[in-house]
Parts: sequence; C-alpha cells; structure tokens
Amino acid sequence: MKKVLMGNHAAAMGAMLAKVDVVSAYPITPQTQVVEFLAEQKAKGAFAGQYLKVESEHSAMAELLGAATAGARCFTATSSQGLAYMHELLHWVAGARLPVVMVDVNRALAAPWNLWTDQSDSLSQRDTGWMQFYCSTNQEVLDTVIMAYRIAEEVHLPAMVVLDGFTLSHTYEPVDIPDAERVDAFLPRYAPSQILDTKTPLSFGALAQPKEYFRLRRRMAADMKRAEDVIMTVGRDFGESFGRRYGLFDAYRCDDADAILVTSGAVGCTAKAAVDALREKGYAAGNLRLRVFRPFPADALAAFVRPGIPLAVIDRDYSPGGTGIWFEEIKAALYSREVRPPVYGFIAGLGGGDITSELLQEAWLKTLSGRAAEAEASWVEDAR
Amino acid sequence: MTEGNGRVPTDIVKRAIKPSVPSSELMTPGHLACQGCAATLSMRYALKGLGSETVLVIPACCWTVLAGPAPRSAVGVPLLHAPFAAAAATACGVKAGLRARGDQTTQVVAWAGDGGTFDIGLQSLSGAAERNEDIIYVCYDNEAYMNTGIQRSGGTPAHAWTMTTPGSSGSDLPKKDLDAILRAHHIPYMATATVAYPEDMVRKFSKARQIKGFRFIHILSPCPPGWKTEPDQTVRLSRLAVQTGLFMVYEVEQGKMRLSVPVPKRKPVGEYLAGQGRFKNFTPADVEAVQKSVDESWARLADEKA
Repeated sequence: MKKVLMGNHAAAMGAMLAKVDVVSAYPITPQTQVVEFLAEQKAKGAFAGQYLKVESEHSAMAELLGAATAGARCFTATSSQGLAYMHELLHWVAGARLPVVMVDVNRALAAPWNLWTDQSDSLSQRDTGWMQFYCSTNQEVLDTVIMAYRIAEEVHLPAMVVLDGFTLSHTYEPVDIPDAERVDAFLPRYAPSQILDTKTPLSFGALAQPKEYFRLRRRMAADMKRAEDVIMTVGRDFGESFGRRYGLFDAYRCDDADAILVTSGAVGCTAKAAVDALREKGYAAGNLRLRVFRPFPADALAAFVRPGIPLAVIDRDYSPGGTGIWFEEIKAALYSREVRPPVYGFIAGLGGGDITSELLQEAWLKTLSGRAAEAEASWVEDAR
Repeated sequence: MTEGNGRVPTDIVKRAIKPSVPSSELMTPGHLACQGCAATLSMRYALKGLGSETVLVIPACCWTVLAGPAPRSAVGVPLLHAPFAAAAATACGVKAGLRARGDQTTQVVAWAGDGGTFDIGLQSLSGAAERNEDIIYVCYDNEAYMNTGIQRSGGTPAHAWTMTTPGSSGSDLPKKDLDAILRAHHIPYMATATVAYPEDMVRKFSKARQIKGFRFIHILSPCPPGWKTEPDQTVRLSRLAVQTGLFMVYEVEQGKMRLSVPVPKRKPVGEYLAGQGRFKNFTPADVEAVQKSVDESWARLADEKA
C-alpha cells in the first residue's frame, strides 16, 4: 500500500511493522513526530507494544537496556543533544550486545543553538559499537528500520538508522508500506537465549577482568566485521520479499565516470541530480552513496574504486582538529590498498545549510581538475 | 533435621522454633564486602522478604563489587548491573521487558547507594516515582561515596569527615532530606529501616512486594571503613541511630506515616556520634547542634500528629 509519509512517520511505521515490544522515548526537534506518532497509534489501539515516557534520553536508553535484557524487542528515536546525552548508554547497550534499534534524526549540536540537519551528532557516536545506516529517502528509512532488526538480532549489536533533519524528517514522500504479514515472515520474533529470568538466575554486566574484557571486545569486533555480510544478505532477502534491494552502498552512473562524488543521507539524492546535470554538460560524473558508516565497508569500497578515478567526498560534519569524518574514514580505508585513487574532501552545509546540485557540481569539477586541496577538506558554501 | 547434633539442645528443637526472620537464604556467603558491612546484611534480609521471584538492578555502588566479578554472583536472583545515574530507569525497563514476555509477577528491585540516589540518580528516581512505576527502589545509605573511597555525597551528614571534606570541620552542608523529596511524590509506599531491627526490615520488604506501584525503602547502612568504626559496631550503631532519634524508622502508606519503632525516651545523640572516627573532630557545640536538630524534627513530627 502506498502512502504519502513524512520521514518521521516512515520511521515510526517501520518500528510498528517490526512489532517492537517496548518503545521508550523523549521528545526533541526534529525527531518529536516519531514518538508522537507511536503514542497516537498506541492510543488508537493500532500499536500493541508498550510506550514508555521518560524524563530524559539517558533514561530512555536505560529503560531499553533493562527491557532488552529481559528479552524485549526495543525501539527509540532521538536527535542531536539527546543523542549526546545518551552517549554513556550507547556504549553500555553495545557492550551488553543488545540488538536495540534507534532512529537518529540528524541535527547540529550546540553551541550555538541550531535545529537543522548536520551529521555531527550521529558521527560523533562512531566508537560506541552501534551500527549506523544512513538513509536517503523516506522509503529507505522505513525499510531500513525493519532490516536493522534482522541484522542487529543476528550479530547481537545495536543499530542506528539515521535520516536528515527536516530534509527527510519533515518532508512528505510516497512510501510503499509493506504488508504486515510479509514483514512477520521476513522478521521472525526476537528470541534471545540469555535473559533476565528468575528460573535461571544470571548476572549481567558484572565486573570483567582485563583478559575477559579484551576477549569480549575482540568478539564484538569480529561480529561487527561479520555484519558487513549480514547487511548484504538481509538487503538481498529484503529485495526478494519486497522488491527493493539494499547493499552497503548505492552507486549511480559510476561505471564510466572520470570522477565520483561520495555522499551519504539525503545529499545522495541531490548528488544524483548533480551527476545528471554534469552528464548533460558532457562530463562523465558518478555518485557513490554510502549507506553504512559502521561497520565501515572498507573492503567493498577498495574493490569498487578504480586507479586514477578521484573521489570527491562530501561531509556535512567536521571533526575539529581533524577534517571531514567520511573523508578521513575513506582515506584510512584505502591507504593500505593497492588501488589508491586521489581522494578530495569538501565540508558543506554544516548546521543545515543547503547542499545544492550546483555546489556538488562545483566540488566534482574541482576534483576532476585536481584543483581541490588533497590533505585537508575544502570548506564550500552555496553562493546564493 | 537431626536431633541432638551436639549444638542445639534437643528440648529446643522439640519446641519447633519458629524463627522471627525467615530461614531461607538467597544470598551466598561468597560476597566481597568489608567486615561489618550493613549493605550486605540488608541485602540478605531484603531477599528473605522479597523471595526468589525477584530481579535486581544495581547501579555503580559498593554492591557492584560485593556481588562478585563475572561469572560469579553472590545473589540467587537475576542481577543486571546498570549505569550510575540510571538505576530507576533501568529497573522500569526490566519491568516493561518482563511484561512484554507475559510475566506480571516478578518483582523488580533497584538497589542503589546514597550517591546513586541522592545525587546522580535523582532525576531518574524522581521520574520513576512520579510515574508511579511498578518497582521497588532501595537506597542503602552509608552516607558517602564509599565504593570510591569515602567522598561526600548529598547523604553525608553535616560536619562528617570525608576525603573531599577534610579539615577539622568536615562537610559544611547538611544531609539532603531525601525522604521528604520522595514523600512529595505521593507514592503508595515508603519505609525506612536498619539492620538493628531485622524482623521489621524483612516485614517491610514482604509488605512492599504485595503493593503495586512505586515503593521506596531507605536503609541507614553503617560502613566501618567509611565511618571509621569497628566492624562489630554496625548493629549497635544501627540501633543507636534509631534510639537517639537521628534516624526514624517508619512507613508511609497512602500518605499516612506510622513509626515502626517508637522511641518514647530518646538517648542523647552523643552516644551515637561518639566512637565514630568520621565525627572525631566534633566539639560539644557540634554535638549540641545535632541534638537540637533531632529534637526539632521530633517536635515537628509531634505537631503534625496533633
């Protein structure tokens, strides 16, 4: 069934279709409608799970820590300061190997106050042990929430589904809502083997000595690596069930491209328009939209790039003292490889500034001509 | 039971003793507490009252260590270790998760120290109390951050020595009136207890277990290393805290307060304060000030009753 949905409602719809047992959430702009929608569905009797209101994001994730350890499928959504406030719990939930799924609606971090889209909030949670999926359409948001549960429950790691604040969260798009029964067949009920149960009293999270801690982290690293294959398999299965297939990235007109834009999130859609415009002008442009930031698909990226075909990496984020975060990750992923094309970075649209087709074309042309700086990312703004 | 095992006189066994504290044990002797730790005794009594259908949620506190390192556990019930600031929220989540599995009966208990309750965990505690979540929250109050080596918390009494309130006058701040904060949440049940009155403590836990909604139990928990006392003084000090009137042992049900251990004639507070190394710099004027504040709170209580 097709419906016109805003990104926030598509996210909430994904959680409902995944038949989550427990939602615990706290409102924040621009995520608020995700939790409002679930509260409304609960009140109407359309959502059978529990909806818990809490006094902070820290408590929201703490409740999910408790609920997931007791064996429930759990969901929450947040943004920006809320995600930063949750930070301690993100490490905790990942270390506890709980497959919680959370939607993060990208928004810049204060100070100064800013409400608009910026990936600094989610990317600054890079080292918490959460998988991160970046979506470019509302359809992909809904589909990815459902897939995230299957992936997370298979590799025992939590997953963050990320969408751009306002650009997707508040924008209406036609979305195909999968049939509930077919989602049930695709996503079986969550059945963890070790839970809080008085019949088998276990202790969770107790002090681990350095040797045990090291081994647990090593196992986590192995499962994070394994997740790359699981993401591919689940994306293929999803395609077979629902006709939309997903992978680690989405390549557009890259086969014969002389230079390739590398994007993520909704910018990935604008980039397709930029590629088409450049192609009309006679340039062989392409766009590689990365869907997965953690696990970082380094092997897949290395297999994809071609010698001498430069990459123009667009970052709507910045690591002070470093440079664009995707830019750094991509360079690190390619450094030890045989095929090592030039990589150029562009920092654009921080705090929600427009990343237009024109701006992307400009970045692509600079990259093609080798006019961009190589060591550091260039800061580019839309002139209008 | 074999009669006449050489330790228990046969005639006593024949009289079929009914112990005033249940003989069931859900705590094992293999915990890692210091000698004379009241928090350990409190857990033992609490579990006797709660029974085996209990899940414990423990934030950072002494009990994080006492329960034993992985893969061992000193308690015979499921235990979830939780972040410092999130005991109440994590416990609410466990309750929700159990409900999702169709389990309506298991009792979820958050078990936190005074730092995790008075200070860093207060927001989460207040939220859960205000929403009347169906959990029991226990604060074992040893009146400082003891697990990290004796630093002042909101539960530290005025002028007590701690590592962060050194010098002769100790902490210059009074103890936070946490019970008043909890009472203002109008929860169905709250109580205070000490290990000097084990029957009372066990009874309160069994009673709390029968009540729905948010329940709060505040235990004064002497700590020999932190209070600078001998381990064999723990029960005596727990009793003196009550008999001097410094720590009232009571219950509040549906807003009605009832003293569980009436103290018709209060002992001078000096008896409690003396011998505790943390109060060793107390001058007679300091003791008098404590006595005055205790007298005032009992006078207030009498006024309220009148």
